[in-house]
Amino acid sequence: MSGRREDLEPNGSDVAPGVIDAPEETVREKIGGYLLGLVFATLLTIASFYVAGTNLIWAPSIPIALAVLAIAQIGIHLAFFLHITTAPDNTNNILALAFGILIVVLVVAGSLWIMDHLNQNMVPMDQMMQMQR
Amino acid sequence: MLGKLTWDAIPWSQPIPLVAGGVVLLVLLAVIAWVIVRGYLPYLWREWITSVDHKRIGVMYILLGVVMLLRGFIDALMMRSQQAIAFNAPGYLPPEHYNQIFSAHGTIMIFFAAMPLVIGLMNFVVPLQLGVRDVAFPTLNSTSFWLTATGALLVNISLVVGEFARTGWLPYPPLSETQYLPGVGVDYYLWSLQISGVGTLLTGVNFVTTILKIRAPGMSYFRMPMFCWTALASSLLIVAAFPVLTATLGMLLLDRYLGFHFFTNTAGGNMMMFVNLIWVWGHPEVYILVLPAFGVFSEIFSTFSGKPLFGYRSMVMATLFICVVSFTVWLHHFFTMGAGANVNATFGIATSVIAVGTGVKVYNWIFTMYGGRIRFATPMLWAMGFIVTFIIGGMTGVLLAVPPADFMLHNSLFLVAHFHNVIIGGVLFAGFAALTYWFPKAFGFQLDEAWGKAAFWLGLIGFYVTFIPLYAAGLQGMTRRMQHYDVAAWRPWMLVAAVGVLILLAGGICQVVQLVVSIRHRDELRDVIGDPWNGRSLEWATSSPPPSFNFAVLPNVHGEEPYWEIKRRAIESAHLTPEPQYEDIEMPRNSPTGVITAFFATITGFAAIWHIWWMVVLGLVAAYVVFVWFAWRDVDEYVIPAAEVARLDRERRGARQAWLDAHARAEEPA
Amino acid sequence: MSTSSEAVPQRHRRDIDPYRLGRGYGAAGYGGRGQDATGRGAGGPASKRVIVGFGFWIFLLSDIVMFSAFFAAHAVLQTATAGGPSGRDLFDPSRVALETAFLLASSFTCGMSAVASSVRNQLWTQVSLLVTGVLGTCFLALEAYEFTNMIRSGAGPQTSAFLSSFFAVVGLHGCHVTAGLLWLGTMMAQVFVKGFRPNIQRRLLCFNLFWHTLDIIWVALFTIVYLIGGGR
Repeated sequence: MSGRREDLEPNGSDVAPGVIDAPEETVREKIGGYLLGLVFATLLTIASFYVAGTNLIWAPSIPIALAVLAIAQIGIHLAFFLHITTAPDNTNNILALAFGILIVVLVVAGSLWIMDHLNQNMVPMDQMMQMQR
Repeated sequence: MLGKLTWDAIPWSQPIPLVAGGVVLLVLLAVIAWVIVRGYLPYLWREWITSVDHKRIGVMYILLGVVMLLRGFIDALMMRSQQAIAFNAPGYLPPEHYNQIFSAHGTIMIFFAAMPLVIGLMNFVVPLQLGVRDVAFPTLNSTSFWLTATGALLVNISLVVGEFARTGWLPYPPLSETQYLPGVGVDYYLWSLQISGVGTLLTGVNFVTTILKIRAPGMSYFRMPMFCWTALASSLLIVAAFPVLTATLGMLLLDRYLGFHFFTNTAGGNMMMFVNLIWVWGHPEVYILVLPAFGVFSEIFSTFSGKPLFGYRSMVMATLFICVVSFTVWLHHFFTMGAGANVNATFGIATSVIAVGTGVKVYNWIFTMYGGRIRFATPMLWAMGFIVTFIIGGMTGVLLAVPPADFMLHNSLFLVAHFHNVIIGGVLFAGFAALTYWFPKAFGFQLDEAWGKAAFWLGLIGFYVTFIPLYAAGLQGMTRRMQHYDVAAWRPWMLVAAVGVLILLAGGICQVVQLVVSIRHRDELRDVIGDPWNGRSLEWATSSPPPSFNFAVLPNVHGEEPYWEIKRRAIESAHLTPEPQYEDIEMPRNSPTGVITAFFATITGFAAIWHIWWMVVLGLVAAYVVFVWFAWRDVDEYVIPAAEVARLDRERRGARQAWLDAHARAEEPA
Repeated sequence: MSTSSEAVPQRHRRDIDPYRLGRGYGAAGYGGRGQDATGRGAGGPASKRVIVGFGFWIFLLSDIVMFSAFFAAHAVLQTATAGGPSGRDLFDPSRVALETAFLLASSFTCGMSAVASSVRNQLWTQVSLLVTGVLGTCFLALEAYEFTNMIRSGAGPQTSAFLSSFFAVVGLHGCHVTAGLLWLGTMMAQVFVKGFRPNIQRRLLCFNLFWHTLDIIWVALFTIVYLIGGGR
């Protein structure tokens, strides 16, 4: 353990998200990490916009392809920009993220599922309003 | 200039709110005048209003909760008396006023009575139990409190200036849309909840961080006291659920202020979406309230049975299980909306499953008592009353979780009785138990036991006499929120319930008397050593009331019940451990940031309610200025010198040693 | 480190005064000097930097949950055009691509500011923050242009539930970017006046987290709202 790192992280093995001052890494390496992230993200973005406008792929599969690309890109951002890792020092950060993702999935998927069934079973609102007139 | 605000906003023609508001205003002015005349203002400002000490903030939260509990209880008295009178008669409350009362009752009780009680307890207890000196973000903590107080203030202003929502405690659209309720009532509701919701969210962030990152050395996860676990679960739920509330109410605000069409019944809006989203928050909310209550009871059962908590790890697992599963049951609040059999069945099953986690807890509490040496002090009485009451409430809940049954019972008084059963029996009983239990820690003297027991028995009996009749009336088909009715079969139940609420009132009076009596007799009730109940967790290791820094040196934790072990060893050897090396302690400096933020939040909220746009802009700009001003300060901590720490801690050790000596003498064979 | 040789065995010896081993808050804030990760247990209070970073991380996750509610509303209301224009009629992929490019580039320059501030380089920190701000402003300008265009052509938020949800979710992201720019300006002034003190470093860390998270939300946004929604 070098002296400087000890000042910053008295607990040695616990790290906040986004922290990039690992002493063994040079500035060049740090910038390299961000550049790599930028390249990956750019490629995935280009792929997304390309896929959205293409007719090379079977049309109904496009939303799924887009979702996969978006998830991949979010992963790239988390890894290269937010420096979330799977190392033991990141356990809390990862667990918090997993909890957040779980809630997001429950809220979005649950709402869609419920509202979709509702719309199938019930008269749509605008028609109901017309019936009441 | 003043938007929609005119003199007509004050309800000159309605005597009840006018008189009530006038009385509240007079009392408030009298209190302020008294404080200024007696010269307490500088003290209050220095020691309380700008305090960032988690203990002070906790006490202020609980005070807010108790005051708002009284306000909500007055609403309850009015509703019960109205329904006792209004059989084939209009009663004394006109419908538009009655509607405001039940809306205000629900809103106040959940957001401004129960939440402050629970959060106040978390504030006071968690850092002490974790063996540390403060929460992760002390100034933010103060800001959270003052934002909650802002929300409460706005709700109370609505009593005199304008009106409150007439929608029920959740403003379902399209009734809550401008088209049907163009007045300011719903806006009062929305802005007060948005502002206090931000405060609650920040509290959640604060406590998740505190519990996960700031614990005494050696306190691993499975050594945390049960209350800290439940506080963690509750905070996680706050962090995950309150943003959804903010979003949903934000959409309704957009509908009302900017003509959006989220929930309108025109232009493709979908009002069911509101019901769906609000309950995504709403169901976790009840667990936000009740999980810390479970934690309180876990502490109390263990302390007053003289045993470690039975099945500690299963208790932790049950808590986390409830924490996650509470996010998968929200549809049971609207089975009748029409999502169909598959959806209803899924959520019905999830709802029944969540009762398993609660069941694990109930058995653990019972087994904690089993074989213990039980002391029937007031907190323990509340805890035992809770078990019985909560089981009844839980079982009616499981009944309501069955969709076909729910089709019969939804929106009836059966439902009203059920949720009062779990919230009063769970959260409120926990609040009273915790107040009695931790009061000596906060103020240095115990509460009078005789009045406390009277309050318990009246509270318990009053609860059953009030709410069992509501179950019966609900089964007979009486729906909730009725201003008047003409079914003779319901009348007797309403009369019994009115008697019950009077018993509850008597119980409440006992609580107040208990407080007064205890303050007058505080010298006899003094808690000298800081451990009045023979406690087991770290908050009892420090003095009562604790010094601002809580612990002179952070305790080193070796087991699940660190303080119990320290105490046992001290009693065996009849000596405290050698005096530690005292060091200077850095503590966060007091800051008016919280109260100033809340001041501008009040202005912004009030201005937005009345469409006074220049004032909204002013409030927001001021908020930014406060932010920069706070960010610019250079010194945010002060140092308590080691000598002062040593002096305070030697006082504590002296009292403890005296107690140990007395104990040793008493144990000596004659 | 003087305690490291004692600390490990002491945790297993139970006959030691627990108070004796208590550790104060060190000069650098919370300074428990144990060897274990606080995440898992026994190290004592974490350092201030970990506390602040983690706390802000929790806040950001709550912010993401708030967005998820708006996304859910948008997904449900996506087809509720009430006879008005749909995404296919309104969205211009090339402008969205440009917005994405601005935001992604600003995320990168924001990362550069983190690198510069980690070696306490005032000039490069300020330059990269400034570039971040300029890129963010360009993004906002494009979004404002899009919004005014749509409203002028009669496709405002009051037209249909679909457009309400569109304006709300995209506008909420825009509000976050605006707040971020305000924060960024304040941080530049703070770094300039106060230099790289530990508390300023912590705030820079939080700002970085915030800005990158906004980009993550934008990824979800352009995918769901513009690309998938534009295909409808």
